Amino acid sequence: MAALRTYRDWPIAPISKPSLGALGLTGSWRTFRPVVDREKCVGCLLCWVYCPDAAIEPDEENKPVINYDYCKGCGICANECPRKAIEMVREGEM
Amino acid sequence: MTVVLAEKGWRSLMVTGNHAAAWAVRVARVQVIAAYPITPQTTIVEKIAEFVEKGELKAHYIRVESEHSAMTACIGASAVGARTFTATSAHGLALMHECLWWAAGARLPIVMAVVNRAMGPGWNIWTDYGDTMAQRDLGWIQVYCSDNQEVFDSIIQAYKLCEDHRVMLPCMVDLEAFILSHTYMPVRVPPQDEVDDWLPPYEPAWVLDPEEPITHGNLVFPAHYMEFRYLVKEAMDRVKELLPKVGEDYRRRFGLTGLDFVETYRCEDAELLLLTMGTMGVEARITVDRLRERGLRVGLARVRVFRPFPVEYVRRLAEGVEQMVIIDRHISYGAEGALAMETKWALCALEERPLITSFVAGIGGRDVTYKDMERMVLKAREWMERGEAREGVWYGVKGLELG
Amino acid sequence: MSSGRLTVKDLSREEYLLPGHAACAGCGAAIALKLTLKALGRRTIMVVPACCTSIIQGPWPKTAVAVPLMNIMFEAAAACASGIAAGLKAKGIEDITVLAWAGDGGTYDIGIQALSGAAERGDDILYICYNNQAYMNTGIQRSGATPYGARTTTTPILGKREHQKNMPMIMVAHGISYVATATPAYPFDLVEKVRKARDIEGTRYIEILAPCPPGWRFPANKTIEVGKLAVMSCAFPLWECFWEGNRQVIRLTGPSARIAKVPKLKKPVEQYLALQGRFAGMSEEDVKALQEWIDRSWEHLVKMAEL
Repeated sequence: MAALRTYRDWPIAPISKPSLGALGLTGSWRTFRPVVDREKCVGCLLCWVYCPDAAIEPDEENKPVINYDYCKGCGICANECPRKAIEMVREGEM
Repeated sequence: MTVVLAEKGWRSLMVTGNHAAAWAVRVARVQVIAAYPITPQTTIVEKIAEFVEKGELKAHYIRVESEHSAMTACIGASAVGARTFTATSAHGLALMHECLWWAAGARLPIVMAVVNRAMGPGWNIWTDYGDTMAQRDLGWIQVYCSDNQEVFDSIIQAYKLCEDHRVMLPCMVDLEAFILSHTYMPVRVPPQDEVDDWLPPYEPAWVLDPEEPITHGNLVFPAHYMEFRYLVKEAMDRVKELLPKVGEDYRRRFGLTGLDFVETYRCEDAELLLLTMGTMGVEARITVDRLRERGLRVGLARVRVFRPFPVEYVRRLAEGVEQMVIIDRHISYGAEGALAMETKWALCALEERPLITSFVAGIGGRDVTYKDMERMVLKAREWMERGEAREGVWYGVKGLELG
Repeated sequence: MSSGRLTVKDLSREEYLLPGHAACAGCGAAIALKLTLKALGRRTIMVVPACCTSIIQGPWPKTAVAVPLMNIMFEAAAACASGIAAGLKAKGIEDITVLAWAGDGGTYDIGIQALSGAAERGDDILYICYNNQAYMNTGIQRSGATPYGARTTTTPILGKREHQKNMPMIMVAHGISYVATATPAYPFDLVEKVRKARDIEGTRYIEILAPCPPGWRFPANKTIEVGKLAVMSCAFPLWECFWEGNRQVIRLTGPSARIAKVPKLKKPVEQYLALQGRFAGMSEEDVKALQEWIDRSWEHLVKMAEL
């Protein structure tokens, strides 16, 4: 992103580029973090479907990998997991 | 001298100001029109509909359900790279107020014809400049016409000027209700291929395109917003230089009315300058001639472009002039007419300034003839001799003596 | 028609709503937008009026949305989309979906005129109202979509005294090419409907119920659970309306289709209300009035689906 030092650095109109972390590292919002038990997980990926922040990515086994940079800790994934394979753990206790 | 009428491809029409505007839209190859009817603009959009349905103008015509939607649809179409147009008057213009801000801030070169009409209540379909003057803050270029040829020419040139990437601002081309909108005058229309050659297709400065996705207009914090607005100001400043160039180029190419900021008549040795706009600014030539016969060296200046305001022109016109009489077809309640206020603002910087007397006349379509303007000038002269300047004097109000 | 055949495999892995956006934790609208854009794909241009999504994008110079997006004034989503559709046609571009993505405020209330105009003209746009049932972006004020009895900041003590408008039925009455309701709690039903709408011409309207944790006052992890109960209680039935020849056909989908066949599956509205703080302390008469309204609307819908 070009440095915005003088008005000449501004584009002609308020035009924004698609970016990861548009509002920064939203993972900092969390109080609880989801922790996946890969043994219990069957790779249905419903958590991935439901995650409002696309902070879950399927790995090669179709199991979820949480992106803790952006996960806001809403807990929908844990609440909806049909196998109860995701636990919400308080930040700071691991 | 070439007999233009006989030249191949030229059209010689006898049309109303509204139809002149419609012809300009056709010849400028506008691609998307979104319009809503309002008296007395209706015959513009009706004529355009006829052109489109007959296939004489290949455009998409969105028969929107309000003026707010008309301007918004133009914004959308322009944002994907289409040349757009709409037209309105008075309440329609007022209704699209927030959209006008958006169009200018988005830097979209939309051209709109505004048939100047008074605001209600009560309903009044006749002319004054209240509608467009109320929109002068937003970043739109404003052109005020005095005949139908000028209406036609201004719209074509507006596209050329506005689509210049150094400008990228929208423009309103204004014509008075009924005096121009519904009055027949001769208008010459250049051949299509010549206009095509002079006015190339629109190339947007930014565009919505899935191949290069962008978001336009999301949240801008105070730390960043002011610079965007400064860019609008800069573009408006550049219009001061670029508009007369476009006008000169057009005039040379077609022999028609080129855009310029001010039109003058007999100003060279003037001791008194009469400053006004629109058709009053043409009718006043008779006033000038009559007063000159009586020994008063009057000159006339008709302000054609109000935004950006022709500061340097007005300063130059004021040089050596003893008195200025300004006639506004507009009132800003609590102050006076915009032309008078902004002229005074422009002249503030001069060490020597003429004595300025300003009038408010013709509100709501009240007729202002050359005789009225003569009376105003002579009254102003009388006051000057008494050492009075007087500002924002309402002329023609029943029971209100000028004193 | 919607038959639940889609599965996880059918969802694109491409993300168009990028992580790090500004939506609240657990935001139903964010899930809805994510799924909608996966269903539509890259050749999409979005129009977003003032609403939660205006903020969800994040601030300039970044945006969380990876398709072209035009922000526009509150009441103007449909008109802007109409303009974009016309502009694209003027430039001979035929394969882009123009998506107007608006909240309930910008659809039911201030935006209804522009939407109705576009629908009457049959402008080639896909209009999706993500309905969180109040002016959430400005802090939870009531809208024409707020249900009876719900407390909002402008109905703080008594709860809303009026029933909500039936916007999807209003759009059916416009005779447009496709109308549907959906919610992220049934994601495959939603994706199927969006994909179907994408490939139909003319004006298409989809209303997506977007449960809102701060606005409806439930914990952020219950968004999907609340959505399921909205459908299972018939407070928000799932259906679609399309043309077969010169006949408009209404069809229930997903759980709503099942409930129509097996009425005892329908859950009492109390179960739905119990999860949400906005209905806490609602009087018995009000709950009864709401249940009756839901029942009447549901019966009416079922009858229309039988026509």
